Amino acid sequence: MIKLEKVSKEYARRGPALRDVSFHVRKGEFVFLTGHSGSGKSTTLRLIHLAERPTAGEVRVSGFSSDMVKEGEIWKLRRRVGMVFQDFRLLRGRTALENVGFALEVTDARREEVVPRAQRLLSQVGLAAKSAALVHELSGGEQQRVAIARALVTDPVVLLADEPTGNLDDRATRGIMELFWDINALGMAVIMATHDLDLVKSYPRARTLELDQGRLVYDSATVPAGSDGGEV
Amino acid sequence: MNYVLREALAGFKRAPVLTGLAAAMVGLALFVVGLFGLVTHNLQVALSQIESRVEVVAYLRDDASATDIEDAVAGLRDQPEVESVIFVSKDSALARARRDLSDFEEVFRGLESNPLPASLEIQLSEGNRGPETVELLASIAEVIPVVEDVQYGREWVDRLDTLRSLAGAASAGLGLAFALVAALIIGTALRIAIFARRDEIYVMRLVGARDAFIRRPFLLEGFLTGLAGGVVAIVLTAVAWRVVSRFLFRIEWLPAGWLLAGLLAGGILGGLASIQAVRRHLKEVT
Ligand SMILES: Nc1ncnc2c1ncn2[C@@H]1O[C@H](COP(=O)(O)OP(=O)(O)O)[C@@H](O)[C@H]1O
Ligand SMILES: [Mg+2]
Repeated sequence: MIKLEKVSKEYARRGPALRDVSFHVRKGEFVFLTGHSGSGKSTTLRLIHLAERPTAGEVRVSGFSSDMVKEGEIWKLRRRVGMVFQDFRLLRGRTALENVGFALEVTDARREEVVPRAQRLLSQVGLAAKSAALVHELSGGEQQRVAIARALVTDPVVLLADEPTGNLDDRATRGIMELFWDINALGMAVIMATHDLDLVKSYPRARTLELDQGRLVYDSATVPAGSDGGEV
Repeated sequence: MNYVLREALAGFKRAPVLTGLAAAMVGLALFVVGLFGLVTHNLQVALSQIESRVEVVAYLRDDASATDIEDAVAGLRDQPEVESVIFVSKDSALARARRDLSDFEEVFRGLESNPLPASLEIQLSEGNRGPETVELLASIAEVIPVVEDVQYGREWVDRLDTLRSLAGAASAGLGLAFALVAALIIGTALRIAIFARRDEIYVMRLVGARDAFIRRPFLLEGFLTGLAGGVVAIVLTAVAWRVVSRFLFRIEWLPAGWLLAGLLAGGILGGLASIQAVRRHLKEVT
């Protein structure tokens, strides 16, 4: 469903951020993308979201190929791929309901459906009681829940999360992780970038991909059970 | 309310001073266009008044019979470019000369016979007063048997023609230049409006809104700003017109068609400027 084939990415006037990375994420998988800061995690997610194009190789997402999709058609891919960030990127000065409703409205939701669907999504992320609160008055964990609800408006096949717990305390982090697992249980793939190895270790059920200086150095799916991964 | 309309109006609401200022500046730029329109229009009115005096005079032989003259008049009237043909008899030619040249009364009194020829004054219809038509008519008149000689102000006709082309080119060029200035101003105002809503645009792209959908409110906002600028320009031009008419000399107000075209041009310029501004912005964000 998501396939990177020999993908390299070089930013202008920079060394390579990704080198020859290949992996395949199937429908409904839960994947951690780990590695030190600067190892290429965000770049990988941005490539899957087609916010960047690969310098070499091909990124394929749910029938879309980075070689084929025209600029004017990226929106189609975006509706299949939800994304959340460490810094939430919500619209300040609007309520939780308005933030989710805005995303529905701009992606062709029928007008009379906007409010009920936004309400339903907020209940799904456990925020029904706070739907009328202004987002900048919510806690970090609550803001991330709003962002997740917003990422779900187009019913995507995969949820990308770039250090989603990076700004959260332990309690909020556990809450968000539980929410990701709930969403994953409904059949949606989750790819979460994080440099927090303790967090990754506490969810051994998930597949782990590790990047180091732009190279994929470890994939738990290709390591025989029982052996201790990490260095290759 | 509809999303596009609401977001476009939100632009005005969020930054009323900015959008007001933008409309005012666009209004000033288009006001210059309006002044040129006023000058051009009045120049054209003046030119066509002068032009209406363009005529071809065919002098007739003294021995021309009444039927020959009637035939000549009828033949000329059949020409599509001819508006009217006036017969001036020898007597009325003399009477006119006496009236116009009263200082030479003595000379006229001493005359034994009338030396002035009868003539046909051929007036051309509007739009047919250029040099080619005048020459064509002159050559047609020349070959009529009873016509002795044909005269028309050749240089005069040429000069009028040059003047008309010059006035047209100058006002078209300057009008275009200032219309571009107006478009640039709208573009800048919209860049600011887009900047003020960069977060919304970012979210729209993030969740997969169509580019056309993202553009639409800005398109409407640009159109409305241009339209508002057009209204401001018309008001300012009207003030200028009244002042000039009252204190300097009477000039004509612009035809309604021009005003409508100006308004529409303002709106379309605003829309185009906004498309350009949004396109540039969308290229920069991912
Ligand atoms: N927009 C960019 N322009 C230039 N270089 C970038 C950009 N984004 C990331 N990089 C560089 O690419 C490398 C990988 O960065 P990133 O993907 O953000 O890593 P991570 O998310 O794992 O910290 C780093 O060296 C970073 O400096
Ligand atoms: Mg990162």
